[in-house]
Amino acid sequence: MFKTFLIKYGEIGIKGKNRYLFEDALVKQIRHALKRVEGEFEVRKEQGRIYVDCLGAYDFDEVVESLQRVFGIVGICPVVVAEDEGFEKLSETVTDYLGKAYPDQELTFKVDARRARKNYPRTSMEINADLGEKILDAFPKMKVDVHKPDILLSVEIREKIYIYSRIIPGAGGMPVGTNGKAMLLLSGGIDSPVAGYMIAKRGVKIDAVYFHAPPYTSERAKQKVVDLARIVSRYSGPINLHVVNFTDIQLYIYEQCPHEELTIIMRRYMMRIAEHFAKETGSLGLITGESIGQVASQTMQSLAATNEVCTMPVYRPLIGFDKQEIVDVSLKIDAYETSILPYEDCCTIFVAKHPVTKPNLNVIRRSETKLEEKIDELVKTAIETTETIWVE
Amino acid sequence: MEAYLDNSATTRCLESVKEIVVKTMMEDFGNPSSRHQKGVEAERYLRAAREKIAATLKVNEKEIYFTSGGTESNNWALMGAALANRRSGNHIITTSVEHAAVLQPVHFLEEMGFRVTYLPVNEYGEISLDDLRKALCEETILVSMMYVNNELGTVEPVEEAARIIKEKNPGTLFHVDAIQAYGKFRIRPKKMGIDLMSVSGHKIHGPKGIGFLYVNEKAKIRPLILGGGQQKGMRSGTDNVPGAAGLGVAAEEAYRDFEKKIDHLKRIKERFIQGVTAIEGTELQGQNRKEGQGELLGAPQIVSVSFRGVRSEVLLHALEERQVYISSGSACSSNKKLPVSSVLREIHVEKDLLESTVRFSFSSQTSEEEIDYCLEQLREIVPVLRKYMRH
Repeated sequence: MFKTFLIKYGEIGIKGKNRYLFEDALVKQIRHALKRVEGEFEVRKEQGRIYVDCLGAYDFDEVVESLQRVFGIVGICPVVVAEDEGFEKLSETVTDYLGKAYPDQELTFKVDARRARKNYPRTSMEINADLGEKILDAFPKMKVDVHKPDILLSVEIREKIYIYSRIIPGAGGMPVGTNGKAMLLLSGGIDSPVAGYMIAKRGVKIDAVYFHAPPYTSERAKQKVVDLARIVSRYSGPINLHVVNFTDIQLYIYEQCPHEELTIIMRRYMMRIAEHFAKETGSLGLITGESIGQVASQTMQSLAATNEVCTMPVYRPLIGFDKQEIVDVSLKIDAYETSILPYEDCCTIFVAKHPVTKPNLNVIRRSETKLEEKIDELVKTAIETTETIWVE
Repeated sequence: MEAYLDNSATTRCLESVKEIVVKTMMEDFGNPSSRHQKGVEAERYLRAAREKIAATLKVNEKEIYFTSGGTESNNWALMGAALANRRSGNHIITTSVEHAAVLQPVHFLEEMGFRVTYLPVNEYGEISLDDLRKALCEETILVSMMYVNNELGTVEPVEEAARIIKEKNPGTLFHVDAIQAYGKFRIRPKKMGIDLMSVSGHKIHGPKGIGFLYVNEKAKIRPLILGGGQQKGMRSGTDNVPGAAGLGVAAEEAYRDFEKKIDHLKRIKERFIQGVTAIEGTELQGQNRKEGQGELLGAPQIVSVSFRGVRSEVLLHALEERQVYISSGSACSSNKKLPVSSVLREIHVEKDLLESTVRFSFSSQTSEEEIDYCLEQLREIVPVLRKYMRH
């Protein structure tokens, strides 16, 4: 029945003179999302509207699901497109549509006609009234309700006539690519993919960095992170994943510094390296999955200690989330099952029994001076040997 | 240099196996159930494979049934035997160190109402024949025991067990999981009193996805895979001709120059044990712990070793970086998501070593150079890893 989807977008409609930038970005993201869907599609922008035309056979659910992953879309409306062949023909098309979409149902409705083409022989009010009458004739069980109708039937008179009544909710947010790029610190856990998803939702392109510690972490742990990046990329678009070999840095910290401070110092070096790649590749900030108090390294004091080494803003979209709330999003974006695969990540391998929870900055800085001899060289090597994986 | 020392996980296919697999896929690709020439041709491969396998066991070729591998053979033997004989009794005996492909079906049977006795093992992983004697009763319809323990290499007293079982009640069926034993021991099911025996193809340089179950012609078991009636209705499904043909060749090869192959394995194993025990803080597990026996104990292809102060997962990955491939007997992570091997628990390995035990497994293709290379890497890596233990 439907050959076209009308794409409703909210927030980007109010962006003033930049509006076309947002719309173009949205069109691009829709095209990208549909590339993986079987069938041929055309995405067009017309009079402040975005339409997806399905040119051949396609799977309705598959198209809707992939559109639901595109940020910036508020609603997806399956539309019946009709040529203007007179009012009689139009009312036929409308009743035919209602009959198929809501077979034999006792529902209330309201017709909401709009004319973009003002030379149409009837006014909007007249169309509302006349079509309403035809519908009542065709479906005796239906009633009009202009305040809270079950079916709000939109009839838009443009070059062609667009008829729709269903709005399938979209992901919301803003089209990726309209708000710069940021570097996600991706571990194998539950939180970081969710953090990446949430920032991407605000139109931000994502790159990622993962700290690999062979032989303490396995090749499968790395594969798991690539898989998680792929899951995030279904929303964010392609991700450049930087895989840093962190083993030697970690072992050196282990040798030189007090054990309880290992995690904090390690995380400070992770931030430094992540920032290096962020700067090098044009990211404007870092993203972490931290949430206050979740673990020892995420107390206010610990966050301050890791934050201190960064000059870029660090975005922590989960900062006020409880674990369950994070899990809920993780489930929603289909990352949870992958996140809980039991491979060790580099944060846990040497973790002390009682890591500091309230690190003192001066103490941490003093401990780091013990690394002076070799750390710069090790960081340099880690950066030079980093492997970059293009994930999409 | 590469050293593949994980042959109990799987082995590389033989060239001759590859050739017959390709031939039965590309040229003689018929379905043995077809009536035409192509079908007859394909059937010949099946028969030839059965004959070759039967010859290695000195059994009748009619007693060999092809399956999808060791797991299916074990599942079928246990469930098929239990279901066919439930009128004779309700009791099953197995051991506490069986492979999951035996334990899981047994748990399932337990759920269905069968009573199960799990024989405990001593520190070497051996069952006690006295325990078996005590556990046997009028109600016992099935005993299932592994020939060689896959984690430890421990050899169970299968022949003696059979004698005890049959003395008590000749009707009790005896199933042996010989997946790690076939090709390493001369097994004579008829003489030894084995009624059912599971074997897997890919552990003996054959293809994956194929195995067989030996079913003594007098043993009564129910088919589990029902359908078109292939293999005398005992195991339906289009015959896996390439798999079966490959397995036939692999079986024949495994027992060609058998003594020579076993001598080679023993030499390899001895060389490895000498080298590995010279490394500080190592301990052998299983029957190899028994000292002063002169003769090597346990299966010739498996050595289980604990490295004190080294986590098995980390050792595995560190060796992997140097192209040495082994298996961690116990996979455990800090967050306790993965369980420690139950076999190691059953033999009461001390707590500190539970997460520090790995398995090296050899094949007739393993060379002395591979062993020396592996030992060399171990001597280098182990002290380094020991330095960085989690506290």
